[in-house]
Amino acid sequence: MSAAVDTSITPDASARRRKQSYWRIVLRQYRGNVLGIAAFLLLVLFGAVALFAPFIAAGAPFYLVMDGNTYVFPNILDYADLRGFQFDRWQPRENDVALWPPVPFDPNRSDLRNRLAPPDRVHWLGTDDRGRDVLSRLVWGSRVSISIGFVAVGISLAIGVVLGSIAGYYGGVIDSIILRLIEIVLTFPTFFLILAVIAFLPPSIYSIMIVIGLLGWTGIARLVRGEFLKLRDSDFCTAARASGLSDARIIFRHLLPNALTPVWVSATFGVAGAILVESSLSFLGFGPPPPTPSWGEILAQSQSYLHRGAWWLVVYPGLAIFVTVTAFNLVGEGLRDAMDPRLRQ
Amino acid sequence: MKAYLIRRLLLVIPTLIGITMILFCVIQLAPGSPVLLRLQKMQGAMGSESVPQEIIEQTQKLYGLDKPLPVQYALWVKRLVTLDFGTSYKDRRPVLDKIAEALPITLQLNLISIFLVYVISVPIGVYSATRPRSAPDAIITFFLFVLYSLPTFWVAMLLIFFLGGGQHLNWFPIYGISSLGADQMPWSQWLLDRLWHMALPLFCLTYAGLASISRFARAGLIDVVRQDYIRTARAYGFSERVVILKYALRNSLIPIITLIGTLLPSLLGGSVIIEQIFSIPGMGRLAFEAMLSRDYPVVMGILTTSALLTLVGLIISDILYAIVDPRIRFE
Repeated sequence: MSAAVDTSITPDASARRRKQSYWRIVLRQYRGNVLGIAAFLLLVLFGAVALFAPFIAAGAPFYLVMDGNTYVFPNILDYADLRGFQFDRWQPRENDVALWPPVPFDPNRSDLRNRLAPPDRVHWLGTDDRGRDVLSRLVWGSRVSISIGFVAVGISLAIGVVLGSIAGYYGGVIDSIILRLIEIVLTFPTFFLILAVIAFLPPSIYSIMIVIGLLGWTGIARLVRGEFLKLRDSDFCTAARASGLSDARIIFRHLLPNALTPVWVSATFGVAGAILVESSLSFLGFGPPPPTPSWGEILAQSQSYLHRGAWWLVVYPGLAIFVTVTAFNLVGEGLRDAMDPRLRQ
Repeated sequence: MKAYLIRRLLLVIPTLIGITMILFCVIQLAPGSPVLLRLQKMQGAMGSESVPQEIIEQTQKLYGLDKPLPVQYALWVKRLVTLDFGTSYKDRRPVLDKIAEALPITLQLNLISIFLVYVISVPIGVYSATRPRSAPDAIITFFLFVLYSLPTFWVAMLLIFFLGGGQHLNWFPIYGISSLGADQMPWSQWLLDRLWHMALPLFCLTYAGLASISRFARAGLIDVVRQDYIRTARAYGFSERVVILKYALRNSLIPIITLIGTLLPSLLGGSVIIEQIFSIPGMGRLAFEAMLSRDYPVVMGILTTSALLTLVGLIISDILYAIVDPRIRFE
């Protein structure tokens, strides 16, 4: 029954058309924002680096001919006869071929003869206190940072959208209960609470994602609630209710798509915030357990070696965090400006 | 006003209950039970199996861990009300004493920082809001944006590297909040010494807040300037200075006053990192060390006090809001 009612009474089709053209307007607005475009391209690049990390920085070549055997992708596939083989001691023979990624170092392979080496032609960004290549660790660290950023915000989005839409749609007692909940979560110095919880949980990248996500939903919930308060008195909502649709269907199929616009901006800023929190946690030693490479963890190491002038341990990981966070913030800002009708040209 | 105050304070009750419940959940999260940790600490070894059953039972009784959850919760609330956070596992001192030592230092840093944030960011906001989309506005906006995205701990490390001895300039101390023997100094020298020690940490705490508050100040003023009463004021022929400073600014300040309440928790959280880097014996460092050594009562004590502090901050900012904006009182 609902399918027939849907198309005839609710303005689903026209809403979709309007939405499409709305996004086209946003896109057109965004295209004029040079800084925003640059930031977006940078993020795409960083995402690609994170995704293809084994082909950018690895301790094994991605194509290898050794002693007459051919190995394809030994950097990601497990070959029984290469297990434990140390490529850095390898003396290639005449017919051997090896195609290396641009950074031919494993992020976790330590080289104690090369501890704290300053940047040079071999180690482009130097090595850390165990002789591990900093650039390789930065490349693999981007996986940790970006995935924590997205998963944490995904969790926040799920909670914030559900609670916010319920609060805004039903109002009354339910609304005030959820508002209290938001106030309670806001009251905690989030970073303290995250630290405390992380300190008592077994260390893992997942617990960090979950805790950051569980504490970051309040802003999104408030936004969605505000939108729902406006939408629930609109004609199309009344029409949907009059045609006997269930509350869940009205909330998620009809109102939510119209309420999500400001949420995307908030989510973009949220990713930046989550990356900052993760790197702060790693900096304090509560990040993903070693030997997982993480930007904050490299920066934390530098604390002990600053007096020896190991500036590359401070500058590069910090720069990685800063550039990523700035790029996410710039994209968020650009989106907000592009969506703001008052700034439309 | 009285009715508003009463209503606002009544709303604190459910929030308080919620806070105690979240804190209680954090207790339950501890790996194993606090009892085992404590016993391991006493023996200095991993072998909790060797602990006599009798001792386990006694400690469990002390913490009420052998009781059903509701009773445990009631016990926890009772301790909260009397501010009895127990004694530290590490040095056996009452947690309340340790917090009482650390809190003034952190508050000092954070309150000065909040003050600086507002004193600097409101003029910046006014300056850029009165010339929107001009070159200076664009430069300021971009600069604030960069500040906003700079991770505090990175800035702190760079400052230490370049200004705090090391291999470059040696302008600022990077350890503690006063020199050795500062107690014997005359007060003017003491104050200078304190300020000198606080300069770098204060800078780090302040710059991020500065960026967000001045953005809010700018946006608020731009919104207000669009309103009809400002056009009226201009039509009366008041100078632009009077229009902005006397009529527009006051109303635009209302929303950023309420931000004080939300600034406090983020500053408290930020001080964990700053106090750790600069070795300042405040709440942040206390919390960090307690977490490292799994000093449970101290962690819970700090979490509770900081939540209560923030709640107080939120209430104060709500009351300020009601004072400056009469509409709130009659809502």
